[in-house]
Amino acid sequence: MAPLLDVRDLTVRFDTRDGTVQAVTGVTYSLEAGETLAVVGESGSGKSVHVLAMMGLIPKPPGRIAAGQALFEGRDLLTMSEKEMRDLRGGKIGMIFQDPMSSLNPVLTVGFQIVESLRRHLGLSKKAAWARAAELLDFVGIPEPQRRVKQYPHQFSGGMRQRAMIAIGIACEPKLLIADEPTTALDVTVQAQVLDLMRRLRKQLGMAMIWITHDMGVVAGIADNVQVMYGGRVQERGPARAVFHDTRSAYTWGLLHSLPDHDDPPAKFGEKGRRLVQIPGYPPDMTDPPKGDPFAPRNRFATERCHLEVPPLVQAADAAPGHLVAAWYDLRPLRAEAAVAGGAA
Amino acid sequence: MNALAGRPVLEVENLTRHFITKGFFGREEHRVRAVDGVSFTVGAGETLGLVGESGSGKSTTGRLVLRLDDATAGRIHFEGQEITSLRRGQLRTMRRRMQVVFQDPYSSLNPRMRVGDAVAEPLEAHGIIKDKKARQEKVADLFQRVGLNPRFATRFPHEFSGGQRQRIGIARAIAVEPRLIVADEPITALDVSIQAQIVNLFMDLQEEMGVAYLFIAHDLAMVRHLCHRVAVMLRGRIVETAATEQLFADARHPYTQALISAMPIPDPDREQARQRIFYEAVTPPADARLQEVSPGHWVLDQA
Repeated sequence: MAPLLDVRDLTVRFDTRDGTVQAVTGVTYSLEAGETLAVVGESGSGKSVHVLAMMGLIPKPPGRIAAGQALFEGRDLLTMSEKEMRDLRGGKIGMIFQDPMSSLNPVLTVGFQIVESLRRHLGLSKKAAWARAAELLDFVGIPEPQRRVKQYPHQFSGGMRQRAMIAIGIACEPKLLIADEPTTALDVTVQAQVLDLMRRLRKQLGMAMIWITHDMGVVAGIADNVQVMYGGRVQERGPARAVFHDTRSAYTWGLLHSLPDHDDPPAKFGEKGRRLVQIPGYPPDMTDPPKGDPFAPRNRFATERCHLEVPPLVQAADAAPGHLVAAWYDLRPLRAEAAVAGGAA
Repeated sequence: MNALAGRPVLEVENLTRHFITKGFFGREEHRVRAVDGVSFTVGAGETLGLVGESGSGKSTTGRLVLRLDDATAGRIHFEGQEITSLRRGQLRTMRRRMQVVFQDPYSSLNPRMRVGDAVAEPLEAHGIIKDKKARQEKVADLFQRVGLNPRFATRFPHEFSGGQRQRIGIARAIAVEPRLIVADEPITALDVSIQAQIVNLFMDLQEEMGVAYLFIAHDLAMVRHLCHRVAVMLRGRIVETAATEQLFADARHPYTQALISAMPIPDPDREQARQRIFYEAVTPPADARLQEVSPGHWVLDQA
């Protein structure tokens, strides 16, 4: 069976006064129905831009799709008309974002915003759509849905707004839900509740998800598969357990080890705390990215070839099926050595 | 040398900040108890983590300690001196000894000032540096200590990444060799790969200079890593405080337990097996008091 989403060689550029930003280069992956893919990276990695570009949501100009295809149920999102795209967004493809205030309309009631989407995409009657809107608020755990449905976004707390946005995102029972840092701005207890909610919804609706985040803890809780991006390229992709426990990219390894260890005894007064493993240097300037592997200048394991030539994303040796890495080095012997060296880097 | 021997650098007693909205005829309409009777100390060279969620009052507490906001009630002793009663003009000496690092380094740097000048500014304001050569040497030394190339001193803030700007903010804070730095969510806005660099820098500087930190944050994993003691705030009150290891091993208040249980663990097996503790946060009753359950471990009574 064909995958739900098939992205081939997606390449996005932004032409700015300071030069061409090589935001996304040659991103290729596929997503099966019901699968959750976490896309991990930091600012400038291309993790958000690549989905915004697929969904026709980058400003053109300065943005442009320089190459590639993104087939959703066999149709290329990148060549669709604006009207076809609008029919998909909020319909078969739902989206939720980090900041609900920027995507909820402040002058319309929360209920109206759900109703609008239900009527447009599913052709429900006004009455049926309002009833469904209240059901959806109840479904995402908003108390008193009959009253809440008539309220405006500013009358909701931060966590409730995020739930309302999730309700809008899933209103038409999408095949694919794209979530861009949806829990980043939330308090930790609210974040945990939203993650519980998303796990339940995914199961009940059978939808696929692309979950964009920089938080490896969130990834561990939600992802079937993980794709790690850096400098506009995919560095590593594979089943979540494989990527966490048999890490093959030096960047992924650095990300995981720069976090405080949950087993580590916390600081005692008067005692020098353990240094965290740090990734040296700073992210690249994407108007003038490194010639080879974009992570090479910050990678203490980089070989000469890493600096000269971009490595292809290929199946890692003796790894789980579908565990791919773009690296000229073999991280396995280096991991052990680096763990001993610890924060000395 | 026993760091605990002397008096704490910072002693906060019953600190209170209420925001009152007035209706017609100046009648009190609504009172927000942002900070409601908070007491804690920070020892010399110690790091106290102040944690809590949005609206807990942790940042307001930081602003009160810095005297960027005026307390409704309560007292703050800094290096033994009572500072809540000082007028603006008398804060000069205190300002030198107590510095701040903010979440967003960009908004705290003047965009038109070269970063070297920004770092030297507090030195000049306090008359520590007189001649140009000494100034240049000092700035170069500070840049090196925070891991920046001294040649960058002539650049402007927009030429730096977020992590580099935070290093500039830290260089400026340590320039006057403060005894205490109030750091309000100093790593929250930074990329993950940069957070560890800044946390390491905080620890190195503490070891070199013996500076104390009031570290205000919501990331419990980082707080656990960096702080010697932790105070947990909920709706303007401290509900629990203890040595970090004690707090994480034996949290007593249900809110602390809920917070710790909500920390995501970057390991799929453990994260998916994690047991959550739920707590419907309620405002602690006004007459609730902190009780010492073991030495140095205080918990607010439960109604």
